[in-house]
Amino acid sequence: MADQHVQTLPPSPEKATLEGKNKYLGFWLFLGGETVLFASLFGTYLGLRGSTVDGPGPSELFHLPLVFIMTMILLTSSLTSVFAIISMKKGNYKGLLAWMTATVLLGATFLGLEIYEFVEYVEHGLGFTTSAFGSSFYTLVGTHGAHVAFGIAWITTLIIRYRKSGLTLTNAPKFYVAVLYWHFIDVVWVFIFSVVYLMGIGG
Amino acid sequence: MAQHGMDPTAPLTGEPTKKTRRKLAKEMRTQLIGFGFMIFLTTMAFISIASDEIPSGFAIPFILLLACIQVVLQLYIFMHLNERGNGWQNIMIWTAVLIAIPTVASLMLLLGIVKY
Repeated sequence: MADQHVQTLPPSPEKATLEGKNKYLGFWLFLGGETVLFASLFGTYLGLRGSTVDGPGPSELFHLPLVFIMTMILLTSSLTSVFAIISMKKGNYKGLLAWMTATVLLGATFLGLEIYEFVEYVEHGLGFTTSAFGSSFYTLVGTHGAHVAFGIAWITTLIIRYRKSGLTLTNAPKFYVAVLYWHFIDVVWVFIFSVVYLMGIGG
Repeated sequence: MAQHGMDPTAPLTGEPTKKTRRKLAKEMRTQLIGFGFMIFLTTMAFISIASDEIPSGFAIPFILLLACIQVVLQLYIFMHLNERGNGWQNIMIWTAVLIAIPTVASLMLLLGIVKY
């Protein structure tokens, strides 16, 4: 009886069960939907970014150093989540939890900087209702920030819930899918720093 | 795949095989090289905007190209779309991109140029 409750580690524990495979496939469908959601927000921002009325415009507000630091933090958090998955495939559960915690901490730092940034912009006179540029900017970047916040909450929940269970065929797909979500947040940020910040400053 | 006697809630034990270990070591290298390349692309994009030497007529298309390259790298290296058996995953994300492009283009035209 005791032998039945021991599973040996497969090469890809996240796809070893039908449930895991379905989660993996379904999650990519969800990411497709997210892509279109962000496309509509990007389109709106690009259409409205010139409409600043009397409020401040992008080139008066944005500062490259802060955006560069935020970008590097988010990119590094993507790498730590890659390390988490490699640890998982090695069967190193403690390593998985440690790298996931590092990812959450980096994500929280990013979110803190984004909140600081928004507070700064409001002090410079750009509110949500100041101009069409303000509304579309806060909606686009704010939706991304909300995704970061949701990702942090999601991964933290996983870490707390499975802190003692060890790696199982049930939680491996859950960690894997959460990491995919985290990478997707980083993918969206690549377009945000290029289209919103760099294009806002450079022309 | 849920065979008889398989308990998905049991902790996984045992070491990965030698083959898996080798694969993971190779994977680690790929990921680190990919990460280095992404850092490079990001830095290039920031420099091309920060520098006064580069005209914005060149810098804007250049950073958009860099962004597209970096996103493809992220999808295929960090998110493993290049691995075997990911056909449907590829179809889903590229279908989304196919819808996203006219979405962005039409919103830019309707809001930015036509206005109402």
